[in-house]
Amino acid sequence: MTKPETIIKKIWDKHVVHQEKGNPDLLYIDQHLIHEVTSPQAFEGLRMNNRTVRRPDLTFATMDHNVPTKDRENIKDEISRKQMETLKKNCEEFGIKLADMFHPDQGIVHVIGPQLGLTQPGKTIVCGDSHTSTHGAFGALAFGIGTSEVEHVLATQTIWQEQPKTMNVHVEGDLGPGVTAKDLILAIIAKFGVKFGTGHIVEYTGAAIRKLSMEGRMTICNMSIEGGARAGLISPDQTTIDFLRGREYVPQGDAYNEIAEQWLALATDEGAEYDATLTIQAAEIEPQVSWGTNPAMCVPISGATPSISDVEHKEDVQRALDYMGLEENQPITSIEIDHVFIGSCTNSRLADLEKAARIVEGKKVKEGIKAIVVPGSFSVKLQAEEAGLDKIFLEAGFEWRNSGCSMCLGMNDDIIPPGGRCASTSNRNFEGRQGNGARTHLVSPEMAAAAAIEGRFVDVRKFVGVLN
Amino acid sequence: MEAIKQHQGLVFPLNRANIDTDQIIPKQFLKRIERTGFGQFLFFNWRFDDEGKERADFALNQPKYKNTSVLLAGENFGCGSSREHAPWALLDYGFKVIIAPSFADIFYNNSLKNGIIPIKMEETQLNKWMEQAETGKLVLDINLKEQTITDEEKLVVPFEIPEYHKEKLLNGWDDIALTLQHQEKIEQFESSL
Repeated sequence: MTKPETIIKKIWDKHVVHQEKGNPDLLYIDQHLIHEVTSPQAFEGLRMNNRTVRRPDLTFATMDHNVPTKDRENIKDEISRKQMETLKKNCEEFGIKLADMFHPDQGIVHVIGPQLGLTQPGKTIVCGDSHTSTHGAFGALAFGIGTSEVEHVLATQTIWQEQPKTMNVHVEGDLGPGVTAKDLILAIIAKFGVKFGTGHIVEYTGAAIRKLSMEGRMTICNMSIEGGARAGLISPDQTTIDFLRGREYVPQGDAYNEIAEQWLALATDEGAEYDATLTIQAAEIEPQVSWGTNPAMCVPISGATPSISDVEHKEDVQRALDYMGLEENQPITSIEIDHVFIGSCTNSRLADLEKAARIVEGKKVKEGIKAIVVPGSFSVKLQAEEAGLDKIFLEAGFEWRNSGCSMCLGMNDDIIPPGGRCASTSNRNFEGRQGNGARTHLVSPEMAAAAAIEGRFVDVRKFVGVLN
Repeated sequence: MEAIKQHQGLVFPLNRANIDTDQIIPKQFLKRIERTGFGQFLFFNWRFDDEGKERADFALNQPKYKNTSVLLAGENFGCGSSREHAPWALLDYGFKVIIAPSFADIFYNNSLKNGIIPIKMEETQLNKWMEQAETGKLVLDINLKEQTITDEEKLVVPFEIPEYHKEKLLNGWDDIALTLQHQEKIEQFESSL
């Protein structure tokens, strides 16, 4: 009988091109995703050294970080425009498929990969973006890389990687009604810290993970990097197979059934060992709200900001409270917000928008609050409009925008002013992330929607109709 | 990248944990298409106020740290976004060596690709140097070949760095050229797909 293996080891071993003792492995990359911000210097490097793109057919580009979510015809920011034109020029020169900002496949790179079926179980996927771990939801080995590595993958279709350690984050039991994948991953990071995963590839296992939709799994894997992990993934199962069937870049018909069998066989074997295991109880998790300036600074909605005398790193906590304009021991439900952002590669998929829409339907955004919905892709936007979600949001007083990264990092015009306070479905609450001096609270789409209506954080489980 | 074997430089202490790459270089400066010129934007929101004036309360603005080239920082340095603009900004500003208890994985890799030496150092020693650099002026001498740091009291502290990273830094090797030596194996792999 063969030794039980993790999915991590199985994928890794299938991609080793070259191995020698004492050195990292040279891994083959099946799918390279690129965007306008972290690629221009890589293409320039190729040109300077007279190199070319080895496998343009395994490379796919889109524009997401900079794109305006309102008027795309007249981009005011000259430097942004130049960066997007540079991507277009580079893709033409090197023969790479590009979904530019007017293309029907355009969207946040981590939304369109799965949507098009470019993301598949067992693939190695890289992108010059730390949230590439999102694709791990499908049982792919996907990680973020820097621009030098982007250049390396363009030139060689490979990457040098040290064999990382493996970690099992085991979620026991079931999530309670109204508690989402976002709450689960925030609770995991709050419990284990912002660097629990450093040097590791994390596999998420357990009943609660199995019951999540693909959208929920993407939310979980997306934020692996916020726990420091090199990558995060989930073994494929029938949910994975059902999601990918019929998508543009997967095999069709009988060929799909064949490949689906191979994909299912990638799942971690019973009894496989990990270098580390962490366990969390799903039933104990409440809806979460971050209060500070890193994603581990997060508490349940029934909680409060920490008491300085109780914490170990007093200066860090005080600094975070000062930046956030909060007091110690302040109940989360007392925090009033003035901005709401529903979007980002963490929570901008159709299922996310549907859940938020259920909360706001027939209600009004509280006066004085600027609330925007930014679908993750053109396709998500169209589907949402077919389902009438745009009308629900617009009637409630939300703005309904075009797709892109938008207010998650504010590289386009979608910025929160200094001192502004946002309930955001994104992934990072760092200082200045959504605008210089802006204050970010990370929450689920449901919690963000409820905060938009109430003007402050409330327990979304008290909203009628939200219970599963 | 430029080879680096040894470096002696003035230390700047930045005693904060979890310094993310958004702080090292904020997003509004990621729109440039060059690798150079990012130093002026390093730690931008900490260095400058809303009117673009230097903040007196941020130590890097003090004259005593002028021409600093060795950064001491808290744990998990460089977490968050994968932007290589972070090491580009640090290098362009003049930093050649970063010493911290731990680094985020992507940042650690990105530094090495640009000829910055990231050194992991246990906290007791690091805190001593941090204090010396905060209260006075501290110069450290980093010898990559010997894997040692020597301070002004002639204290010699060893550090760990994987051999293959060390070789590349010492020689300033181009990663892609090295990989292309394995081109045949890449072709073999592709034909087996």
